Amino acid sequence: MQQAQAQGLPSAPTGDIVPEPVREGIDLIVNGERFRHTGDPLMPLLWYLRDVLRLTGTKLGDAHGEDGYDLVLVNGKAVSAIRQPMAKLAGTRVTTVEGLAHADGSLHPLQQAFIDEDAIGCGYCAPGWLIAGIDLLSRKPKPSDEDIDKLPNRCRCGIQTRVRRAIKRAAGVKA
Amino acid sequence: MSTGPQFSRRRFLQVLAGTAGALVVGVGHADAEVPVPPAMLGDDFGQLGAYVRIDREGNVLIGARDPDTGTGTATALPRIIAEELEADWTRVTVVQLGLGVEAKEGKPVWVYGHQRSGTGDSIPAAWADLRQAGALARWLITQAAARRLGIAADRLRCEAGMVVTPDGRRFPYGSLVEAASKIDPPNAPLPLKSPRRYALIGQPAGDVDARRIVTGQARYALDAHYADGLVAVLDQCPWPDGSLASIETAPALAVKGVVKVIPIKPEDGVPPGETAIAPAVAVLAEDTWSALRGLAELKREWKPGASSAGQDSGKLEAQALALLDTDSAPTTRVRDEGDLKAASRKAARRVEATYVQPWLAHATPEPMNCLVRLDKDQATLVVPTQAPQRAWAVVQRLTGLAPDKIAIEVPRVGGGYGRRLDHDYVAEAVMLAKAVDKPVRLMWTREQGLTHDYYRSGTVHKIKAVIGRKRHVIAWDQRMASAPALAGRGIAADRLWTSEVAADQLPAGLVPTYRNDWYSLASAMPRGPFRGEPHVTNAFAVESFVDEIAHNLRENPLDTRLRQLGDARQIPLSGGGMLDVGRLLNVLKLVTDRIEWKNWLHNVNGMGVACWHIDGAYVAHAIEAVMHGEKLDIVRVVCAVDVGRVINPLGLEGQVAGATLDALSNALNPAITFRNGQVQQQDFRDYPLASMAQLPNDVEVILVPNDRAPTGASFLAMPTAAPALANAVFRASAVRVRRLPLMKELLRLL
Repeated sequence: MQQAQAQGLPSAPTGDIVPEPVREGIDLIVNGERFRHTGDPLMPLLWYLRDVLRLTGTKLGDAHGEDGYDLVLVNGKAVSAIRQPMAKLAGTRVTTVEGLAHADGSLHPLQQAFIDEDAIGCGYCAPGWLIAGIDLLSRKPKPSDEDIDKLPNRCRCGIQTRVRRAIKRAAGVKA
Repeated sequence: MSTGPQFSRRRFLQVLAGTAGALVVGVGHADAEVPVPPAMLGDDFGQLGAYVRIDREGNVLIGARDPDTGTGTATALPRIIAEELEADWTRVTVVQLGLGVEAKEGKPVWVYGHQRSGTGDSIPAAWADLRQAGALARWLITQAAARRLGIAADRLRCEAGMVVTPDGRRFPYGSLVEAASKIDPPNAPLPLKSPRRYALIGQPAGDVDARRIVTGQARYALDAHYADGLVAVLDQCPWPDGSLASIETAPALAVKGVVKVIPIKPEDGVPPGETAIAPAVAVLAEDTWSALRGLAELKREWKPGASSAGQDSGKLEAQALALLDTDSAPTTRVRDEGDLKAASRKAARRVEATYVQPWLAHATPEPMNCLVRLDKDQATLVVPTQAPQRAWAVVQRLTGLAPDKIAIEVPRVGGGYGRRLDHDYVAEAVMLAKAVDKPVRLMWTREQGLTHDYYRSGTVHKIKAVIGRKRHVIAWDQRMASAPALAGRGIAADRLWTSEVAADQLPAGLVPTYRNDWYSLASAMPRGPFRGEPHVTNAFAVESFVDEIAHNLRENPLDTRLRQLGDARQIPLSGGGMLDVGRLLNVLKLVTDRIEWKNWLHNVNGMGVACWHIDGAYVAHAIEAVMHGEKLDIVRVVCAVDVGRVINPLGLEGQVAGATLDALSNALNPAITFRNGQVQQQDFRDYPLASMAQLPNDVEVILVPNDRAPTGASFLAMPTAAPALANAVFRASAVRVRRLPLMKELLRLL
């Protein structure tokens, strides 16, 4: 194995090195890391996250991005990843469900509240609910029931009542 | 999987010495010699043929055999094992097991026994055999401690991952597993713990995957990939029996990244759910976006087949209504007790009503998908399935591989609701993988799940009741028409009713004269199992109708129900077992007490109630609702369930609240309609699941403590939610909704 690696090492520089041209692309920050997308500028962010970066926490939902499965934060606001072509994302800061916890592994209060309220069905829609909830809490730190009613997410396992409790728990408001 | 070390088995349970002295225990089939894959003895638990593995550090791995589609099996099943093992739950890691299959004389042997979810039998099956797996591991560890310490085994006790001596010394399991793995297991089943000493069963436990889910680390089948694999997306024929009229593949193939365009179609003579659901053209590409772009460029024409052309949901409903109005013989007379004519002569009143419920789609969150790698003599798949053994059968038929050369991994599944008991998408993926020499990940869109589904048939119920002079229902004559889910699936014609009607459903056994007739509708639209059926459609009709009887009698509908149920007693069920009327009365009392039913008459909000029983489990809903103009506000929902012993109360509460919301969502808005054989709901704007605002803010769940053997509960709370709501809506608005979806009908009648 080591020998094979040694054979794969490049030989000594020959002196005629030509610097690579600067590659054109779309620069963005995903979960705190810098990336440059050099592929199709029309590729939706969802497929960039899932197929290119292999960040699969953001899920495929409906084609119109209305049911909340594919929500991510772009510059802090919840948006549907399937509706965002990469061309629109130059210079943006994208946060996916994988980027919600702190670097030390401690969870965002809403993530912890989902665990504490067992707001888990099959779990497929949970990332979208978390992004929508965090977006809501950033706008309304003490959301009312009416505010929570406006979340776009859909779920078939029926976790909505537990999501409501989790958001209130994270916000520190009475259930 | 190559043949590894051999071990001899003396009885049902397997014991293995793992590497590093780990103790491995599993429940297996009853063969004498079983080849053990080398991975079984390493750290790769994913391929273990066992349920329990304890290492020298005291870490416990427990395998969960039934897929978890959000039904909580990945938490509940391992806790049943951990209870008997006396494990420290904080040291337990749950591993989702893939399909356990071995070959015996060319036939498959299911190593893990029961592997299916969402059919209500995961917990009863686990109760029957998984407790022994935990008990055996504990017994072996105790024996090892006894030998080391020179203390009789029956004087030692186990507690939270420790063996405790009579004088209070504690020895961690990890220090004993190496010796334990060398001890011969006993020849007879081991005694199980007394429920009085349960430390885990009956205590609340959060979902074992919760942290992975909220951090986006939980992996679903759709998230799996091979670096050298292709992504396949489909253009599906709108008609299941249609065909390709013309195709031009060049524009799709011209898209960068697109590798191949392959037409597929259902195989002749193969039952639904085991082959492609409809003809389709697959676009295979290096990544999803390229595949979708290629799909957009595909030029093709589909044409309808002979049987689907002319299919119309409106016409089918009219046909059903007409059928139930005639005196034509039913397809099956499911129940017929007493003398209808004689009872009819004693009538003081007659009540009659007709209920119409629409076709529904499963609308699973995770779309249909399947990852498959075909090598020369083996297949490796990642499948979101509720029934891995059925998925195996599809793969085996299409590949001809030996039973044990098909490996199926089942990660957490993004919702099932009965849809993933069928494996059309597995067949499609395998067909495509056979046509290219690369792994294939097939991905449907969510919308394709609406237009290509094994639907829940629409139903029409017509019920007539004869009321005697003492206000008793003396005769109940019920007719139902539906297109049976089991048609075309190798089920005898005289058994097709079993997917449409439950023989013992209310009020069977409670009314002296009772008839339940089922009429089969012919339809070319695909149908299949659907969460909670046949209870959901029948309970809506029956429990709405009981309210109509109450209204006719001008009395409190709770009084009508109590009179119909009568005294607490046992009534034999046709399928064995007993209907325990006392338990049904109890859940009814619990919900009506909680919602303060005594205010039924004077409350400005409407109150509704409904109760039901399924296979020895009992459920009741009480709902309070009010209309604000055209807006329906579901103010309060209370649900009580009696499921026998509760394994995980937190998980059960989640199942009950979840099924309640799912049932309400299904009743409020959506309907599948079809015209000329084509489904008209093309996306979720046309098939609206309930929004957060439409649903109640809370579901109050009451669990009845009970020490009977546990029953399944994943759909128990489905049937009574919609009729309780319709009954509350009647009180709130004076509008009786006899047709679903509820909101559409309510707004029409208001």
